[in-house]
Amino acid sequence: MYFEAQKLSVGYSGKVLIRDISFSVERGKILSLIGPNGAGKSTILKTISRHLEKIAGAVTIEKDSIFRLSNKELAKKLSVMLTERIEPELMTCGQVVAMGRYPYTNNFGTLTAQDKALVSEALRMVRAQELADRPFSNISDGQRQRIMLARAICQQPAILILDEPTSYLDIRHKIELLDIMRKLASEKNVAIILSLHEIDLAAKISDHIICVKGDRIENCGAPEEVFTGDFIRSLYDIESGSFNTLLGSVELVAPQGEPDVFVLAGDGKGIPFYRQLQKNKQAFSTGIIFENDVDYQVASALSKSVVSAESFNPVSESKLKEAKALIDKARYFIDAGAKIGAYNKFNRELLEYARERGKTILQSPEKLFT
Amino acid sequence: MSKSKIIRYQLVFIALLFLIALALVLNVNTGSVSMSPVRIFKIIFMRFEEGSVDSNIIWRIRLPRSLMAAVLGGALSVSGFLLQTFFRNPIAGPFVLGISSGAKMCVAFATIFILGSYGGMSAYPLVFFAFIGSLIVTGFVLMFSQKTKNMSMLLVIGIMIGYICSAVTDFFITFAKDNHIASLTSWSMGSFSGASWPALGIVTVVVLVALFCSVLISKPMDAYQLGEGYAQSMGINIKLFRWMLIILSSLLSATVTAFAGPISFVGIAVPHVSKMLMKTSRSLVIIPASFLCGAAFCIFCDLIARTAFAPTELAIGTVTALFGAPVVISLMIRQRRKKH
Repeated sequence: MYFEAQKLSVGYSGKVLIRDISFSVERGKILSLIGPNGAGKSTILKTISRHLEKIAGAVTIEKDSIFRLSNKELAKKLSVMLTERIEPELMTCGQVVAMGRYPYTNNFGTLTAQDKALVSEALRMVRAQELADRPFSNISDGQRQRIMLARAICQQPAILILDEPTSYLDIRHKIELLDIMRKLASEKNVAIILSLHEIDLAAKISDHIICVKGDRIENCGAPEEVFTGDFIRSLYDIESGSFNTLLGSVELVAPQGEPDVFVLAGDGKGIPFYRQLQKNKQAFSTGIIFENDVDYQVASALSKSVVSAESFNPVSESKLKEAKALIDKARYFIDAGAKIGAYNKFNRELLEYARERGKTILQSPEKLFT
Repeated sequence: MSKSKIIRYQLVFIALLFLIALALVLNVNTGSVSMSPVRIFKIIFMRFEEGSVDSNIIWRIRLPRSLMAAVLGGALSVSGFLLQTFFRNPIAGPFVLGISSGAKMCVAFATIFILGSYGGMSAYPLVFFAFIGSLIVTGFVLMFSQKTKNMSMLLVIGIMIGYICSAVTDFFITFAKDNHIASLTSWSMGSFSGASWPALGIVTVVVLVALFCSVLISKPMDAYQLGEGYAQSMGINIKLFRWMLIILSSLLSATVTAFAGPISFVGIAVPHVSKMLMKTSRSLVIIPASFLCGAAFCIFCDLIARTAFAPTELAIGTVTALFGAPVVISLMIRQRRKKH
């Protein structure tokens, strides 16, 4: 393993915050730290980048302890992107990026032709060539993050450590930044360690995930091993609402009470209705949805009364009965507009049943709330 | 570095050197005894009329004084630039940090309790006490810099130490005789009068050494602009670097305060002007630029101090503040406007 932490204990002024941290990263791989605010992700990152003194344990690059390297030696192997905002005076973005050449330049910081080439390559990599001559103080947050990443790239590290690189960024810039990192890992063979708040993105970008909570590493492994079932819910102590690990989406608190509305759904058509009902705190029942329908993912997060059927199988008579019972209890019946084809004829039956029973049939839920 | 930038640097340096030359000529030329420039030229470069009254005025009074103003002004500006880098704060300067107050405290102590009446700048014991006073304050600032990493907090601590020194000074003054108070007041307003060749020699050696060392740490000074975290990650030994910065800047400002008393606003205003002129904050450029700029500024201020209300001489601090403070204000406002 290229970069390893073994039985590392980290904290401030001798007080242990997190103990027994062990992990490793190969070059070309991405490791993400996730966990609630204040769990100590930054503390770990600061310790392994030597900004903070370790309390116990070892951190090694190619089996050499990083604590024995000189400042300059370490700077040539490891570069960082920090959360602190910088305010350099009268510096252009190009000059900020060129600072990454610090460990390689002479005593007066003179840039050689090779240094300049590396600066423009780094700028190209983060797609910010056009910013080179702009003053650093005049650019947006998204651009700042890219420039700081270019600075770190320019340092030609084998390991790149980034503390919440995506905070303050809008979704487009988040995607771009993470895309650049993937490229960096594969093209430049850099080992990347970063902390992330966006667990959905963490699952998509990382080769390996570490979950930090309390005074220890709660869980670690490949994203598909970590993101299972209710784990995220317990990691972040989510008491209301839920996180769908499959879709990487957040659902808010399910409406409470007896369902007064039945939504005839399927084919993803139900989701906008579920959301509308949730916003108005109106409990609802829904059916009959195949379990491979995207409606099913959202419905089961927002309602306890979901009639679902096993995928790729005919729907049994008992499911139909179950749905009818729910329609009986509801005053309103919403037809979400799913197509009715050869394999979901039961929906037509339910619609007719609702009509027979004199339920108010709506095409949209708005009427309910006006 | 692009070509246009290098041309800009060269032009500004040439302009500054020219300004200094002009200021020196004017300064040597003006005074209660007027002489023609040709005569002055002959006296200085051809040792014309050696031993005459005019020659003595030039050689013993005007020339060392002007050169002293130049070297000390330059030193003060560089000291300000180093402190602003250290604190990453545009208002940091030797005066703000209480270094001058520390010097004044020790000078007050010496005048009132040890030396008796003080009669001129060539009094080396006073230079010694002022220097010790500056170093005491620096020592405290350094000590606290180990405890806190927050630069604004450290700046506030420096200002508070300055207040304590002022309070102690006032306490001393309570027990002072009137003539002591008078001489202390005249000291604390600062002046380049009474500069001598030996003093100029000492000052020049100290300032040149400090200047040379500052140029040597210009590379980490640039990196330090990105903040401590990044600076460290690029391989800088932060502790050592911060010690170097504060020791060099205090050495410079202590030297100035010791030989010319507290001179305000040069340390704050001049580095800003230099950055504006050069349109960069690269230390390798700004250190020499600040030095030249400060030298020119102080010779001109001394000229004004000497001539504005002749034969009464103004305190140098009066002039520098009068010109320095508006410069600082206008620069700050311009900078803000550019940002938004």
